[in-house]
Amino acid sequence: MKAFTGPCLAALAKVVSGASIRWVGCTPDTCQRVYFANHTSHLDALVLWASLPRKLRAITRPVAALDYWNGGPIRRYMANCFNALLIDRQKVKRRNTPVDIMIQEMGSDFSLIVFPEGGRNPAGDLQPFKSGLYYLGKKRPDLELMPVYIHNLNRVMPKGEVLPLPLLSCITIGEPIWLQSGEHKNDFLDRAREAVLNLKEVGQD
Amino acid sequence: MLSTNISNLLLAQAETPETVSSATASWILLGIAVAMLATLMLIGRFLSGRSESVIDPAIVRAFNRRVAGWMLICVVLAMTMLFPRGLTVFLFFILSFWAMREFITITSTRRADHRTLFWVFVIFTPLQYVLIALMSVQAPGNGTVLHLFGFEFSKSFQLAISKITAYDVFTILIPVYATLFIAARIAFTGDRKRYFERIAKIQFAILICVYALSHAPALLYLKVGRRVDVFSEPEAWSGDPRGLLFFLVILVQFSELMHFLFDKMFGRHVIAPNINSTKSWEGLICAACLTAVVGMLIQYTLAGITPFMPIGAALMAFLISVMGTSGSMTMSAIKRDRGVQDYGTLVTGHASILDRIDSICFAAPIFFHITRFFLQITP
Repeated sequence: MKAFTGPCLAALAKVVSGASIRWVGCTPDTCQRVYFANHTSHLDALVLWASLPRKLRAITRPVAALDYWNGGPIRRYMANCFNALLIDRQKVKRRNTPVDIMIQEMGSDFSLIVFPEGGRNPAGDLQPFKSGLYYLGKKRPDLELMPVYIHNLNRVMPKGEVLPLPLLSCITIGEPIWLQSGEHKNDFLDRAREAVLNLKEVGQD
Repeated sequence: MLSTNISNLLLAQAETPETVSSATASWILLGIAVAMLATLMLIGRFLSGRSESVIDPAIVRAFNRRVAGWMLICVVLAMTMLFPRGLTVFLFFILSFWAMREFITITSTRRADHRTLFWVFVIFTPLQYVLIALMSVQAPGNGTVLHLFGFEFSKSFQLAISKITAYDVFTILIPVYATLFIAARIAFTGDRKRYFERIAKIQFAILICVYALSHAPALLYLKVGRRVDVFSEPEAWSGDPRGLLFFLVILVQFSELMHFLFDKMFGRHVIAPNINSTKSWEGLICAACLTAVVGMLIQYTLAGITPFMPIGAALMAFLISVMGTSGSMTMSAIKRDRGVQDYGTLVTGHASILDRIDSICFAAPIFFHITRFFLQITP
């Protein structure tokens, strides 16, 4: 069932959001990656996942908030379809942090989609990044950290709306970055944020 | 004496019985258009291999995109010949829907417009095309039963639909209902920032992308007669209404191509450099005149294609050309205002539909209403 509804859901998400994907300075690859993107809509995780080539979809898991995607059977089913890794934002423990769970769930095959801003931002400009991305890069230095800018999805389905508007959106994926040796946490997070912001300009030409 | 002869020549339909049937005429016209486009594609292929010093590659790319867009439209026309007209209506609905998507995507809207836009996309746009497809429904007479998608409908239902059709609701759905709805619905949200600008944008988008374009498939449902001379009442015309659609679409494309070529050859006086750097007065006038001549020639050689008299065909072709240019100029102005080059550039990877259909959007409603004004027959 999941094998059937997964591609259907992906196709539907792509048709409704009119999403097209661009790889700028990088190519689709099955190596382990962490895609980090700006977060403006509930559809972000779904559309970004759906826009990836089929081969990559199978090994890519969006990290999403448990409180939203566990609300109701339809959302739970959809989260299951796109193989989401649900994180409980309320119960962040010291021992088993979300980053630990992510690394554990990634194993040696899976890639992740994360939204380091934490929540969706209604204003549309990029908020400061949470530190999770830094720890991911520190604990698994082999991961390619891919900046992603999602255009226009906040207009397709803004915060607080239930029905999506069939506009056109665009996903730009940029060159990977890595944590440099001795790089300070805040410096790295600023650099990662800049990498995402730079892609915004690429999309406008 | 001579003038009478000339006026007879220009005004009267060819007296000889039509040698080609209306449908054949449409096929021939389409065939010629496709053959011309194929030649243009070859030229484009040839030009794109040239070095940059010979010809600007940007112009070649623009040219190739344009030709590809026209090919797509010819495919739509071929479908019109092969399938019931309901399918043509559906294809134009898809074009409208996609053009709306592009238009609203490059337009800045606010969060409060979301639900209004949802109405526009999900209710008004499909409803306009449903109304067009229902234009064929007539009041229930003796023994006529309405069949839609294989279902039989009751007489009272048919009567209700025929009343909607008789009132021509499709001509007022968007200018009256949608326009007022959009203004009111956004006022109800309470967001007053740039209110006037926002409603105007959405109203214009649906007017151009949906309302105007929907007049092209509506031609298929038009009941027209033909005039033997200017002052007589129109009498029954046995031709195929698809000829009208073909005449419109193919001449719009032809005129666009001629405009492009004439601009390149002797465009001296650019109409509005800040809006469109290539469109010139010379191109406008030459293209319009040449399109008029070609329109008349088409009417002469393929007499069954439209119910127009040759002079009428020439005037219509002239009008189509001028309206087509007006459409491209308007869309260019909107693009410049928004600071984008093409409707497709915000979202690359998509062919931009709106750039291809802008001239048809302007020519279709005028062509439809003038044809109808002069030639409609009431059964």
